[in-house]
Amino acid sequence: MRAAILGCLLVTLAAAQPGNWTTYSGDPGAQRFSPLTQINTRNVSGLKPAWVYQVGQKSEFETTPIAVDGVLYITEPPTVVTALDARTGRPLWTWRRTLPKDLQTIGFGRVNRGVAVIGDTVYVGTLDAHIVALDAKSGAVRWDTEVADYKLGYCITGAPLAVKDKIITGTSGGEAGIRGFVDAYDAKSGKRAWRFYTIPGPGEPGHDSWSGDAWKTGGGSTWVTGSYDAATNLIYWGVGNPGPDWNGDDRPGDNLYTCALVALNADDGTLKWHFQYTPHDDHDWDATEIPVLFDATVRGKTRKVVAMANRNAFYYLHDRATGEFLLGVPYAKQTWAKGLDDKGRPIVLPNTSPSVEGTLLWPNLNGSTNWFSPSYSPLTKLFYVSVREIGAYYYKSPAEYKPGTFFAGGGERALYGDDAHGSIRALDASTGKLKWEFPLHTPPWSGVMATAGGLLFGGSDEGNFFALDAGTGKALWQFQTGGKVVSNPMSFSVDGKQYVAIAAGQGLFVFGL
Amino acid sequence: MRFTFWAVFGCIALSAGPFDKLGPNDLARGKRLFEAQCSVCHGMNGAGGKGANLAVVKFRNAANDDALVEVVKNGVPDSEMPAAWWMNEQEAVQVAYFVRSLGRIASTIKIAGSIPAGKEVFLGKGGCAGCHIAEGAGGSMGPDLSLIGARRSPAHLRESILEPGKAVPEGFLALTVVDAAGNKIRCIRVNEDTFTIQVRNMAGKILSFRKSELREIHKDFGASPMPSYAGRLAEPDVDNLVAYLASLRGEK
Repeated sequence: MRAAILGCLLVTLAAAQPGNWTTYSGDPGAQRFSPLTQINTRNVSGLKPAWVYQVGQKSEFETTPIAVDGVLYITEPPTVVTALDARTGRPLWTWRRTLPKDLQTIGFGRVNRGVAVIGDTVYVGTLDAHIVALDAKSGAVRWDTEVADYKLGYCITGAPLAVKDKIITGTSGGEAGIRGFVDAYDAKSGKRAWRFYTIPGPGEPGHDSWSGDAWKTGGGSTWVTGSYDAATNLIYWGVGNPGPDWNGDDRPGDNLYTCALVALNADDGTLKWHFQYTPHDDHDWDATEIPVLFDATVRGKTRKVVAMANRNAFYYLHDRATGEFLLGVPYAKQTWAKGLDDKGRPIVLPNTSPSVEGTLLWPNLNGSTNWFSPSYSPLTKLFYVSVREIGAYYYKSPAEYKPGTFFAGGGERALYGDDAHGSIRALDASTGKLKWEFPLHTPPWSGVMATAGGLLFGGSDEGNFFALDAGTGKALWQFQTGGKVVSNPMSFSVDGKQYVAIAAGQGLFVFGL
Repeated sequence: MRFTFWAVFGCIALSAGPFDKLGPNDLARGKRLFEAQCSVCHGMNGAGGKGANLAVVKFRNAANDDALVEVVKNGVPDSEMPAAWWMNEQEAVQVAYFVRSLGRIASTIKIAGSIPAGKEVFLGKGGCAGCHIAEGAGGSMGPDLSLIGARRSPAHLRESILEPGKAVPEGFLALTVVDAAGNKIRCIRVNEDTFTIQVRNMAGKILSFRKSELREIHKDFGASPMPSYAGRLAEPDVDNLVAYLASLRGEK
């Protein structure tokens, strides 16, 4: 009897799973791929709005909802969590963080990209750099732990990552002279389990890639959610730019582990391997793009890889157990590197550093892509990425560190207007070769999601939310939301019906057949 | 005595401006930054171009020196003037200091023409009012010129009259679209997204297309539907027209 009930429960849970969207990128490997097939290439032209939820804040609305058994957990700007009835869009509860009056976000907006959920608890990072655990039924606070001092520019905008019994978070602050880290907190108690500093201190390997005291304000933020591989028990997390961003004079050296991908043991945070994409970066090309896990065929062999379409315009593959560099090819216009050497290190062209007069270069500081998510489809074996084709004049200026202030040493004037454009590119995930592309009117701030229904969803700065044929790139459906899409698509099902959701402007738009 | 001391001190404190402690090195640094980063729009000597003429004593968007520094740092909202956010505080002050010095060099730009005669050309033989609004009257095909004198230098205005394609303002891109029936439509872009485009045809009518319905969208960069007035207007008429347009500053 007992076994029968348990069996029944397990079946129910298992059945509920495909309809849920359990983590920021959809799965721990960050493929942002929905296995749902109800909405597909044959019927997507009939997709219609089911409901819209409006937020009251004017800051950009960047959330990816988490869907658990008919409830969507979203974040709203600046630090608000709301549970919505997934059938109707009606709010069930809202939790608002009271933010300190002297809080400043240095170099970015007052935004949040989403929550993590384990069981009956919802976890959110706050703009004043705390992790807060909320009761999933009521929004009541279970625990609240300070991650770092917001007065020094530490700040959390990314969704935490749930790994077994821990909550993993990074920090923003790459323009404030922070010393970045990846942290793990015990999901039950809120106690910090481990911290990995992205800037090695004296005596630690990699410290000699810095000189003098530059490491103390070396940046290396970790503001976008990473991924996790249960087989290797490794967490993959991207690390941001060195500080000051555009003036590297006072920080000679490679500046590890800035602009690198780090692979950390999930149990104790120790570094298993790292790979630095842009040594001694002076263009703000954070390597904080989503690390995506899948099986690729490299030189005839099946390899378990981690892939990253980097802000620096190159697409990379690594062996995910060892970090071995397997592939690095450009996927967007770039004018800063001659190419990569055998080890994947860029061969940097002369006169590409920022200058007083302005140095014209592609991509601009926002990169060929940015935090918005790519997607991998195990069906098409394509890697999909939203690409920004925009150059900029990079400027250099003196930088002086003052705690809690903008520490950047320059910046850029980007070439907007008809000189800039965007596209959705589908790359052969194993070779990086372009399979197809879909042009966008302007450089996008929206991620993409592939589905088992053969679709690829994406958005545009002009408010278009659209579905393409994932195999060919042909446009099959679009809806004008009336607001800039600065978020990522996701999909869920409830009562046997599939929906697709996107945050656009000040609304969460949910579509169904 | 004591009272006088405090009074003097108070005066200094009250009049403290952002440029008080600056010297020739700051001016030189400001000039270098201006020439590198601002002259694209404002011209090498600040006399204007796409951007406003800065060789003036009074600025439209900066009532005092502090406000001028703020404009450098934060730009002018709803205009093409961006925030120079990449400059540090000192650099922004140095650039503002140099910009302030431009007005002291004197407003050397002499405009030859007559304002009333230029207005006659605008309304009469120039036919400008057919497409442009000035002083509340005129057509809406072309850019609104009500404040053009504050936004463009006389040299830029002259160039726009003689070679309109050289600096087509934002929001007035000329297009040729070919519809499904093969009709070629000359028009101005009103708006565009990835899937649709809205245009104004030469009769001023708004047309809306799904891009999938169009055979072709050709963007005529560097072209303007406005005819060149080189040879159409006598040189004195052009001078007068420039003088009239330069006077449209929203000031009475």
